[in-house]
Order: sequence, then structure tokens, then C-alpha cells
Amino acid sequence: MNEITFAGRRVPFVPGQSIGAALIAAGIKSWRTTRVGARPRGLFCGIGVCFDCLITVNDQASLRACMIEARPGDIVRGPDDA
Amino acid sequence: MMHDVAVIGAGPAGLAAAVTAAGAGLDVALLDAGRRPGGQYYRHHAAETGESHRDWETFARLRDRLGLLTYLPGHRVWHVEDGFTVHALRGAREERPVEVGARAVIVAAGAHDRSLPFPGWDLPGVLTAGGAQALVKGDLVTAGSRVVVAGTGPFLLPVATGLAKAGATVAGVFEGNRPYGFARSLTAHPDKAVEGAGYGVALARHRIPYRAGHVVIEARGDREVEAVVVARLDRTGAPVDERLIECDVLAVGYGFTPQLEVPLQLGCETRVDVDGSLIAVVDAAQRTNVPRVYAAGETTGVGGAQLALVEGELAGLAAAAALSGRSPASPAEVRRLTARRRRLRAFATAMHRAYPVPNDWMGRLRDDTLVCRCEEVTRAGLDAAVELGAADPRSVKLLSRVGMGWCQGRVCGYAASRLTAAATGRAPDADDLRGLARRPIAQPVRLRDIATGHP
Repeated sequence: MNEITFAGRRVPFVPGQSIGAALIAAGIKSWRTTRVGARPRGLFCGIGVCFDCLITVNDQASLRACMIEARPGDIVRGPDDA
Repeated sequence: MMHDVAVIGAGPAGLAAAVTAAGAGLDVALLDAGRRPGGQYYRHHAAETGESHRDWETFARLRDRLGLLTYLPGHRVWHVEDGFTVHALRGAREERPVEVGARAVIVAAGAHDRSLPFPGWDLPGVLTAGGAQALVKGDLVTAGSRVVVAGTGPFLLPVATGLAKAGATVAGVFEGNRPYGFARSLTAHPDKAVEGAGYGVALARHRIPYRAGHVVIEARGDREVEAVVVARLDRTGAPVDERLIECDVLAVGYGFTPQLEVPLQLGCETRVDVDGSLIAVVDAAQRTNVPRVYAAGETTGVGGAQLALVEGELAGLAAAAALSGRSPASPAEVRRLTARRRRLRAFATAMHRAYPVPNDWMGRLRDDTLVCRCEEVTRAGLDAAVELGAADPRSVKLLSRVGMGWCQGRVCGYAASRLTAAATGRAPDADDLRGLARRPIAQPVRLRDIATGHP
């Protein structure tokens, strides 16, 4: 099944899609909060420049959601979620 | 392994340069951060047929010749040493350091959206115009259902029509300039006029309102954008007739910023272009002032894909001539390419003059408006650094942390440079931009990879 899991929720993806795109397609607009203002962040530049979309994939932290191709069974979470 | 040429970037310029140099018999390595070739302009999804893509035939022709060379996708270049050694990270998840040696380097690293800060621009749902388009082209996703497109430049048109064709409702295109004179200059460029007319038809078909002389002055929402405040600029440039437009996405861009990391690392001469961007200076053969370092495409000044293709081809020819001692192209062919470059560059210059960055954006920042998204430095924080005596962007950066975060000033560099110059009461210059554009390490790199890489 072409699905990843975000915060316990199953999120489908199209082969070749980035994790960030799959989350956006599922209506998930943000997945981390900032250190100072605790502001929500998701995709901004969409092309690997801004690092707003940092995400943890299968316990590997600080990946850019817009750059990482989704793979079946990926478990993704925001960097703040244990 | 030592190659003749390392080409950095597989967009229009880099593809043309690499294929041209390889066709002339050189051993070429083409490094690109992307998963698929094409850069931003030819960005496409995994099952792309090219049917709805502009100028796909040119891309397909170049892509089909990649077998002539060593194509290295998913390689993020973080440093280039003189000599030359290109240091890159390969792979997105389990990244590995890679070194590629070459006798010459062609920099075709492209550009990213130029962003300006405004109240609410850090809300999720606010995307760069290029980012919203990349999601459509590369991932078949519209970032939301009701989109406002804003900023300045002709690029807003394909962004808006692409989103509409992909199924989003585009609530409006708000162009900060009133580029009426520019339309007249299109008569000298029939292909561009046809392209522009095509967007006009698509705007009408999807009932997308287009408003020149209008800006988004604020994005509003709780956890994500829910509406934007749009205003008309009066003759003095003051925002009037404010109105609220509901949307779940704002796609906003004010032109582009070329990626100058590698030219600055190698000591190439740079200057400020007509659009206010820092660019690499090249001669008629696309040579920088550093021997055997060439630049093509947006690296030498934002000008679009057609110009990038020509510059790439010229750079590939020049590198081949330098390394083999004889020109692979006839003088007539070089003259044809040079004339085409001149014509396209003139068009780009006219476009930049018609779509300048509106200079009113600074006045709309509030004390608590973020300038630097990564380090969460506000306008007040930047002003405080100036009050402490910082008079240049580098000093402001050290005191306020503006531009010190993950993106290393890529997003806020232009704005921070302009704000610093304004706060210290002087005109911005190239050093202001260089101060936030120098990145000796252009990608996040593990310390152990630096320790073993000897850059």
C-alpha cells in the first residue's frame, strides 16, 4: 500500500511524491513548531531552500519533507513529537 | 575520479552545458540536487508524459543524451575547492559524502524565489510562488483549494493558471507593478507575446481576476492562513481600498535570487544585476574571472529558461574549446547563439525594469514581523542591532542572528540587506548582498564528513 503514517494517521501518496506533498494533499499544513515563538511551520519554498519543512522520518531527524520521496510504511512525525 | 568538466545543476542551463560539452568529446560529470533532471523549469512528476509542459521537446532531447555523460542526481554540492574538487552529499535519507574531481567547472545552480517579509508570512499555507508551482509540477498536488497569487513578475501567470488547471480555485492574481509599457515591448518578441496571450486566455477561461498595482499586505489566520488583506497602491505607492480575501493558500514571489554559493566560494567576481540580485560576472564565452570556471543561466542574471539554454550551450562550447584547444562549433554557430543570447538578455532586462521589487514593503513591517524565519528575528530585533552600531549585514547578522539559521540567509538575505542599508541611511550595494550570500558550507554537513573530506 502506498501509505505513510503521520501522528498515527494513515496518509496515502502517489509513487514519486515527496513526504511534504503527501502531507499537504492530506490537508496537513504544518508538522513542527518553532523554538522561540512556538509557531507552526510546514512547506514554504517547496524546493529544499528554506528548511521550514524539517521532519523526522523513521526516527531520522532534520530531513526536508519537500526533498524526501515517500516510501511505503514510512513513519513520519514533527521534530517536537516524541 | 578526474573528469574534464563538472557541471553543477541539471536545469536548462546545466543540461545544455553538459550535453554540449559531452557532445564535443569531453568527459562530463553533471551533479544535481534534484531527484529528476530538469531543474525548476522542467520539474516533472514520476510519470510525466510532457503533454502539458512548455517546451518539453527541448528537455526530452537533452535528457535523451544524458547517456553521453556521468549524470549524478540527488547530489547536493556543498563546497567546490580550487583545482577542482566538488564536494557533495549523495542521497536524501542515508546521505554519503562524495568528491568529484574536474579540470573545469560550469556553475548552473539556478535560482529560488525571492521573498519579502510581511505580517503573517510565516503562517502555514503561505508558500513561495515557485513552491506552489513545484507541488503541482513535481507532485501533482495543489497546496490548497482556494489560492491567492501575489508578488510581482510574469512568473505569477503560469503559477496561477497551473494551479487552476490542477483544480484549485484561484481567487486572484495581485501584481504589485503596473507593467503596461512592458506589453508594448513584447512586439519585438513574438514568442513571448504568444506565451503571454496564452496565459491571458487561461486566466479568462478559469475566471481568474488579474489586478495590477495591487499587493497583499497581510496574511491572517490562527494556525494557518485563512485570509489575506489585499490593497491597491495609489499613485504615491500608499495602500488604499483594503479588502479581505478568504483563501487557504497564498502563493507569493517577488522575482528570483540566483544561488551564488559556488561562485563566491571560488572567488568569482559578482555584481548587482538590474533586478537587485547578486550575480556572477561572465564574459562573452560565459567565463568568470577565475580560470576554467564558467557560469550559465540564472547564476549570471535571472533571464528564464530560453536564455539559460543558450548560455549553457555557449558555456559548454567554451569549456570544450579551452580543454581541447580547438572550438567544437563553427564561428557562424557561435555568432547565432551569441545573437540569440543578446536578444533574450535584452528582453530579461526590460522585464526586470517593468517588474521591480516594489520599494514600499519595508514600511508595512510591524515591530513583531519576522524578517528571518529560521532564527525568528523580528524587524525590531534587526533595528536593535543597528542601534547597537551594526552598519552592515554581516554585523547585523552577528548581533541579531538574522540569516544564521538553517537556510543561511537564502530566504531573508535580500530583505535583511535592504533593511540594514535603509536603517543606516544609505543605498544598498553588492557588499550588502555578499554579506548574507557567502556560504563556505552550502548545505548542512555532518562534522565527520568535513573532518574526512579535507575541504
